[in-house]
Order: sequence, then structure tokens, then C-alpha cells
Amino acid sequence: MGTTSFLLAVVDSGGVDGWIVAFSAITVIVTLWMGFRAAKTSKTASDFFVAGRSVSVGWNASAISGEYLSAASFMGIAGMVMSSGYDALWYPVCYACGYLFLLLFIAGPLRRFGAYTIPDFAEGRFDSPLFRKIAVCFVLFIGFFYTMPQMKGAGVTLAYIFPSLPYWAGVVLVGGVITLNVALGGMKGITLVQAFQYWIKMFAISVPIFVVMAVYGGYGAHIGANKTVVENAAPIVEVTRQPLTEKAPRDEVWVAPFGPLTTKAVNAAAKAMPEEERAVFLAEKQKSYSLLYTYSLIIALVCGTAGLPHILVRFYTNPDGGAAKRTTMWVMILIGVFYVFPPVFGVLGRNLLPELYAGLGAKGTDKIVLELPRLIAEKYGVLGSILSGITCAGAFAAFMSTFSGLLVSMTGALAHDVYGRILRPQSTAEQRLRAFKFSAVLIGGVAVLLGCFVEPLEINFMVGQAFAIAAASYFPLLFMSVWWRGMTMKGAATGMLAGGLCALIAATVTNLATLSLDPGPMGKLFAGFKGMNDFWATHPLLRILCEQPAIWAVPLAIVLMVIVSKLTSKDVPSDVRMKMLVLHAPEKLGLKQEYIQEHQAGLGH
Amino acid sequence: MRRQLQLSVACAAAFLIVLLGLPLANYYAPELMATRVAGFTLSWLILGVVFFPVVWVISYVFIKRSIGLEEAEVRQVENERKG
Repeated sequence: MGTTSFLLAVVDSGGVDGWIVAFSAITVIVTLWMGFRAAKTSKTASDFFVAGRSVSVGWNASAISGEYLSAASFMGIAGMVMSSGYDALWYPVCYACGYLFLLLFIAGPLRRFGAYTIPDFAEGRFDSPLFRKIAVCFVLFIGFFYTMPQMKGAGVTLAYIFPSLPYWAGVVLVGGVITLNVALGGMKGITLVQAFQYWIKMFAISVPIFVVMAVYGGYGAHIGANKTVVENAAPIVEVTRQPLTEKAPRDEVWVAPFGPLTTKAVNAAAKAMPEEERAVFLAEKQKSYSLLYTYSLIIALVCGTAGLPHILVRFYTNPDGGAAKRTTMWVMILIGVFYVFPPVFGVLGRNLLPELYAGLGAKGTDKIVLELPRLIAEKYGVLGSILSGITCAGAFAAFMSTFSGLLVSMTGALAHDVYGRILRPQSTAEQRLRAFKFSAVLIGGVAVLLGCFVEPLEINFMVGQAFAIAAASYFPLLFMSVWWRGMTMKGAATGMLAGGLCALIAATVTNLATLSLDPGPMGKLFAGFKGMNDFWATHPLLRILCEQPAIWAVPLAIVLMVIVSKLTSKDVPSDVRMKMLVLHAPEKLGLKQEYIQEHQAGLGH
Repeated sequence: MRRQLQLSVACAAAFLIVLLGLPLANYYAPELMATRVAGFTLSWLILGVVFFPVVWVISYVFIKRSIGLEEAEVRQVENERKG
């Protein structure tokens, strides 16, 4: 009764659009229904972890894409293009192109090796249960960094649908619902749901923006309205533009490379200088530091894609290595087409809704995807609400699918590795299923708690950090162990730990320092980290290396792996030739051995 | 395995030249990259739209060749077994 009246009060308090609520509710209910229905058909532990390894290429590609297109892709990119302009385009491009690296170096061999998770691979490749424990930690580190932006997406969307609802309430509500779904359905449900959700997202990002472009002018025309440095006036002014607000970046820096995103550190440093030194300092450092920032971002995103635990686990649902390669190709096409659209929202949003530049947290540019289609209501009434409802449904699909995918990997790591391998190796299948459900609830709870703190941070930026950590830990591990037979367990562990932990610490420090500047409650909570910003004002280069650690952390990991492996070369596994054969020989030769069957006959088959 | 690696490295090189070359072009030829093409700046058009099809072509070529290499290997081994 109490909850009902609270919900009624929220709905009554005005500003709630029936259409938007309806579309969002349908998405949530269909997702849950599919999850519950699948829960009835998935019985064994193998069903829960990798869907019995028999998913077709089309389904699997849609499911991987559905899982990959997170709140960052759906909402964050548009928000960041709007706030930072050209430089933010590197995000969608590298999110999509990172798959090429996965395809070229990792997808096929990893599938042939035939283990459930990256920790399985780590243990099997080096015959070391200790290494499994180290590898499991990073599933959780990367996973939690990746769930924070999803939770922010949930908070922003619910705060948009119900304007009187506080940010944290949305996080708790959505986090709770998905956690329940995962605990009951497992992965088999999710393969279906993920594939379905890819198509919801594709529809929800493309249809509304075509309507908005038809009414307010095209992609090119809206970019054309921004003048560049070399032009005195904008060349094409056939679109109507709202006057830019105070906080919006100027046209010429927004539309050109090396804009506000990559020059933030140098600009902050210049502000702290005496006025007469500023011009010289900016001319000297601005562009070159910005180039460094761009390269570091590219490395993080491209290498990071190949090291995301929740994506890699899906390659094991392919029937063989060849299918794994074909799946990757289709994933690149599906997500590439998708990624053309979010920047369009950002570009149009800059011209049509500049008041969002002044908004903070959940009211800032991150909600442009939800807000922009509503403009149509000025001319066509209810159509605006329907289109906004569609993008809200897409946003739900985005954070729900990614969050559940992450939850499955992290829960899998905790239940399958920590409980099933480390704590209770003798447990029965039934006990393991119960452990799976309990772990899901535990991890969901921690993710929701973390999500409540990150309102002031940009969604897309946080996902970029998760990529940087993956790039410095799992990518070197997978890449080197697949292609270099001289690698030893000690080398792999040292490199992965050093690179991954450095990136993790750098990302955490950056976030704490940003949170300390928030004018809201988070600023007070993290006020102790304000000093970091003052330090960075005098050392802009260090700030860039801390904000984008990939450019030094990835080489650090690889170099350490090579050096330590050379030093401990007597520890190279004795059957390394056989392992390389399993990784690289075509299945038709009959060398395929399901690693898991050999080592783990007891689990569910 | 060696031929597979060579193929992977060749495809990666093609991709990296485009990916890492674009920031350099932006750095050294900012005015060229700001040329207007249907409202877009040249640089925006390349990064925001044209980049994706280029990657699809590279991956298509890779998969065709890679699966071809595997089949050749299987044929070779089977011939040896028979002989």
C-alpha cells in the first residue's frame, strides 16, 4: 500500500508523459517475461553459463551487439558529442573497430580452446589454478567500472520519465529488477533477450532521428551551421539555431579536432598561470598534448574491446572457430550501422536544445537522446511524445541488456570460479546453481550502490575507463598467450597485474578528483580529493596520462610479460606445442578438445 | 599458424594506417581537414561515416582468406595421411 501511494504521488506530481511511460513499461515487461520463460527451459549449469554452446551465427551476432550497445552507446555518445564535439567521435568509431582486433587476433583461437571464461583460459593455457584466481579479480574490476555508467543511464532515464523521482531511486529500481531477472533466468534467457534488444535499440535510435531531421534539417546542415576557424561565417545557415548558452563551447573548437575534451587539462593549467604566459603556453602545448590524449584514447578503446569479459564469454556460444569469426564480422556490421546515429543526436541537440549545457548530473547533456524527439511535439503534438517514448524504450533496452550481460559474467566468475573452484570444489550441481543466484544478488547490490555515487560523471567517459582497464590487463594476456609460445604464467600474471592495476588506480583517482568538484552532495563527500586538481593544474601532462592511462599502461603490461617470461623461461608449460595446436589448428583436423570436458566432467554436461 | 598470423598482421596494418593516420592529418593539415563536404567538415565525414564501411571491407577480406587458409591446411594434412 505504501509503495503504491508513493508511486501514485510520483505520477501525479506532473510532467509525466503517458506515452513515454507506456513504451518504457512494455520494454521492461517483455524483457522480464522472456527471462522468466527461459528460466523454465534452462536446467543444467551449462545452460546457465554458455547456453549449451549451440547458438547460430545470426542470433549470436545480434546478441553480442545487443549486449555491447550499452547506455554509453545509446545515451553517452550523443551527450558527449554535444558537450565536446568532434573528439567524442573517436568513441563510437573505436567501439566498433575494436572488434576488428578481436577478429584478427583473438576470436577464432579463443573459441577453439573451448573454455567457459577468461579465467578458464588463463588456467588452461598455463596449467595454473593460482593464475585463475588472479584473472578472476579483473572480471570483477572491469565489470564494476562498466556497471557504474549503466546505472547512471538508468538513473537519468527514470529521472527524465518521472521528473520528481530522485536519481538514486531510478538506479535502485532498475538495478533490482535486472538482478532478479538474471538470478532467475541465467544466460540462455539472455541470449534471446539480448538479440531481441539489439533490434529494439536499432529501431529506437534510427526512426526518431530521421523524423527529427526531416522536420529540423539534416545531419550535414546542422554541422554546417557551426563555423570553423578558417571561415568568417558559417557556410550553410539553412537551419534554425537557438542561441548558445554560456557554458557551451564555441563553434570553432567544437567542430574541429583537438577540442574541449582533449584540451581540458592544458586549458586548466593555462588558467592557473599569470596572464602574460598563457598565450605562449597554449600555443606550445595545447595541440601536441591533445594529440597524445587522442592516441591514448584510441589505444584504450581498440585494445579494450578485445578484453571485455562479458563480450568474450559469448564467443564460446559459437559452435566452432570459423563461426566465431563470421559472428564477429556480423557484429561489426550491426554495431557499425548503429553507431552512425548517436552523434547525430548530439549535433542536432547543440543547435536545438543548448539549454542542456547548463544542466548538472541527470539533467545535463547525457539525456539529449531522450529529450530531442520531444521537440517534435511543438509542431505535431502527440508524435513528439511517441518518439520520445521510443527512445526511452531504447535506453531501457540499452542499460538492461548490458547490465544483465555484465551481471552474468561477474556472477559466473564468482559462482563458477570462486565458489565452484576455490571455496567448494566438491559442491553438487544444485549447490552451484544456488551459489549462482546468491552471487547475482550480491553483485547486483554492490553495482547499485556504486551507481548511486556517479551522477556527476559522464556516462561515456566512465565506459572509456573500463575499456582502458581491460586494454591494460586482459588484452595483453589474451594477445600474447595466443600468439607467443614462450609466455610463462609468472610473466603473464606480472604484466596483467601491473598494467591493469595501474590503469585501475589512475581511473579511480581521476573520478574522485572530478567528483570533488561537483557542486552537489558528491562534492562534499569527496572534498578531500580537491587537492588533486590543484596538482594537475601545474602538471597538465600528468593529468592527461592519468585520465587516459592506456598509452603507457598497455606497453608496460606487454614489456613486463616479455621480460618476466624470458627470465622464467624454464617454466614454459611442457605441452605448449599441443596447446598452440589446439588454439590454431582447424577443427576439421579432429584436434578439437573441449578443455572443459576433460577437466570438469562433473559440471552439468 | 604462421600464415594466419601474417594475414592478421597485414589486415591490422591496413587498419592502423587509417586509424592512426587520421589524428596526424588533423594535426598537420587542419585546414584541408576542415574543407566542407555537404556541410560536414572532411574530418567529421571520414570519422563519423566513412570509417565504418572501410572496416567492414578489411574484415570481409580477412575472413575469406582466413577460412581459405584453414581449408588449404586441412586438405594438405589429409593428403599426407592418405599418402
